[in-house]
Amino acid sequence: MANPQNTATLPRSAKAARAQSNSMATIAPLAGWLLPGLGHFIQRRYIRGVLLMLSVFVMFFAGLGMQGKVYSFNTGDLLDILGFIGDLGAGVLYFVARMMDWGVGNIHRAVADYGTKYIVVAGLLNFVAAVDAHHIAIGKKQ
Amino acid sequence: MNFELSHFNAALLFALCASTVFGITQRNTPRDMLRYGAYCFALFVGGVIVAAWAMWAIKH
Repeated sequence: MANPQNTATLPRSAKAARAQSNSMATIAPLAGWLLPGLGHFIQRRYIRGVLLMLSVFVMFFAGLGMQGKVYSFNTGDLLDILGFIGDLGAGVLYFVARMMDWGVGNIHRAVADYGTKYIVVAGLLNFVAAVDAHHIAIGKKQ
Repeated sequence: MNFELSHFNAALLFALCASTVFGITQRNTPRDMLRYGAYCFALFVGGVIVAAWAMWAIKH
């Protein structure tokens, strides 16, 4: 009885397609995490990629503009650790912000706290977008 | 870099960006994405307005 999981019986083109799909399932979410929207771009979902990129970039830079805080790695307060994980979701934007020393925060402005949340949510939305890129790569979504 | 936004405009911008990502990632077809994005945006903004009136009512 033929096993559908047995790739030895598949024709060469089907094997190649499956291998490409498998690698894309890893590359797309990684690329999408590193640069928002890139995971959709490399799968030719250009409009979705542009919209996702715009949304994450606008939220991240609006947060910085409101003098929000960018969390650094820490092992202190639980909310600070979660803030760091959320910020890290923005990929290259986070590393650039840390390198340029942006996002020091401002406790004297009420809107600065909104900015901090904007930056965290930008990263979290980018995680969602990266998972979506993975779903497209494995064929779970169009 | 300094960006001045009122609290309401900040909530609107948040709603717009978040509902765009939700719409794209949570639905399959462009038509459904648009509808779900608009639905999320309406819920975000509606929630802000309801919360604002609730706080006004608590204060008065």
